[in-house]
Amino acid sequence: MTFYLQALQLSLCLGTMCMGVFISMKIFNIPDITTDGSYTLGAAVTAVLLSQHVPLILVMLASIAAGAIGGMLTGLIHTVLRIEALLAGILVMTGLYSINLVILGRSNIPLIGTSSIFNLITVFSAEISNNLVVGMIFIIALVTLLTFVLRTDFGIAMRATGSSESMVKALGINNNRMKIIGLAMANGLTALSGFLVSQFQGFADFNMGIGIVIVGLGSVLIANALKTWLNIKSIAAQLVLVILGSLIFQLVLALTLASGVDPNLLKLATAVFVLIIVALPRVSSALKKK
Amino acid sequence: MIELENISKVFNRGEANEVAALRNINLRIEKGEFAVIVGANGSGKTTLLNILAGAEKASDGHVILGGKDVTGLAEYKRSKWIARVFQNPYTGTASDLSILDNFRLAALRTQPKKLVIGIDAGFKQRVRDMIAKLGMGLENKIDLLMGSLSGGQRQALTLLMSVMDTANILLLDEPTAALDPKSSALILNLADRLIKEFHLTALCITHNLKYAHQYGSRLIQFQEGGVLRDYHANQKGALSLQDMFGWFE
Ligand SMILES: Nc1ncnc2c1ncn2[C@@H]1O[C@H](COP(=O)(O)OP(=O)(O)OP(=O)(O)O)[C@@H](O)[C@H]1O
Ligand SMILES: [Mg+2]
Repeated sequence: MTFYLQALQLSLCLGTMCMGVFISMKIFNIPDITTDGSYTLGAAVTAVLLSQHVPLILVMLASIAAGAIGGMLTGLIHTVLRIEALLAGILVMTGLYSINLVILGRSNIPLIGTSSIFNLITVFSAEISNNLVVGMIFIIALVTLLTFVLRTDFGIAMRATGSSESMVKALGINNNRMKIIGLAMANGLTALSGFLVSQFQGFADFNMGIGIVIVGLGSVLIANALKTWLNIKSIAAQLVLVILGSLIFQLVLALTLASGVDPNLLKLATAVFVLIIVALPRVSSALKKK
Repeated sequence: MIELENISKVFNRGEANEVAALRNINLRIEKGEFAVIVGANGSGKTTLLNILAGAEKASDGHVILGGKDVTGLAEYKRSKWIARVFQNPYTGTASDLSILDNFRLAALRTQPKKLVIGIDAGFKQRVRDMIAKLGMGLENKIDLLMGSLSGGQRQALTLLMSVMDTANILLLDEPTAALDPKSSALILNLADRLIKEFHLTALCITHNLKYAHQYGSRLIQFQEGGVLRDYHANQKGALSLQDMFGWFE
């Protein structure tokens, strides 16, 4: 049971990263690999600042800002230098790898006895239940905030940018600026995930972000399948589906581990799982045509 | 008023595939004028509209709108004056957004898009009233995704969207090319009505000589990147459709 509750908890912590991937991939149609770097960046900033006993709220804001700067860099490289988004993301991610090492100062910083968002409020005495409550409150607040942003005039302009660039420009929207803001938002959310996960697992590690974008991608794809299946249109519901996608993804991974798969093969299992999610609709539609 | 001074456009200059798309164009379109542009494929019509809108940069010359030189101004900034309808109905609207969201953005074409929720009951009613003009029954479907509509419906909505915010200039590039004859007639009729009602200065490219004859207060023919014929209102009125067919023989 604890095992699955932990998967649930992790899926909430990774939920903000999944929302980030939702923004870059679904709203802006940009495959953004910066994610791997900005996730670790968020965790690294969190670990270093928490060790220095900086107040939690400042730590959170600092890690979001750090991720946002990473995303902005990718956006600038993509729009100003007109380099493909995929390559721009890989470049920034690679650069961040070194920066994360410099910030951490070593490969791993444990977080023991430091303050933690999960101890901020106590609803249940059992740690795992309390963590879940905090995680849920956090995610609900974030979904509410993002729903609001995406429904404002600015948010409509954001959503339009990924849908029709020619229209957006004809309607007085600076699409380059929009993309930079969008990537900053996406990576700020990703770094926020690093902030949460490092406190949840009790350490920040220089390679904790490797392949994390695939987790986000898989979760968003699951959410997308659910959206089509349930014929959902509202923004709020789509964001909730993203969190649900994250949960399903983590549960599948947890089940995989529980079935006795070597933990070293977890990344392979993740990749295969995402491959299945991506390939299934194509294979089934190809079969239907026959 | 639109003034184009010595506009030239060369694509791929200095390369094997160099194309002189526009050669020293001088045009002056008065306020309220509805100019129809005809001309063979590749004669530079779209390029001219793109340069006017700022989607392409002229190799040479100046674009002046209402006395203001906008030659160096980015496309999204020029949209303060210019509304566009594209040949492909998918270009002028965002498929993934609802009709309502598309109209909201159009209503803010000349204004900043702020972090406030701007769609309220009043705005919805305004959009419904606007769309009801079309008589397509779309006024009760404003929450539908734009992507679920037909090309003709989208093109009609794009036209309406262009007058949701103050507009001075309307550019139409073969707005009916993707439509069946019935929708085409409807779209041009609507364009004509809106241009008159909102006192727009309009440029409309078409390959349909019947429409070119029927609509507009001015007729311009392009050939190989230059203006071959230019008929003002009274001269245009005297033209017969037969004369025009003769131009393309
Ligand atoms: N982006 C571009 N790069 C290179 N050449 C171009 C580009 N756009 C247009 N051209 C060339 O410029 C010339 C004029 O093209 P344009 O699209 O303006 O013609 P048009 O009059 O709109 O034709 P049509 O009736 O087929 O739409 C053509 O020879 C075309 O091949
Ligand atoms: Mg053309």
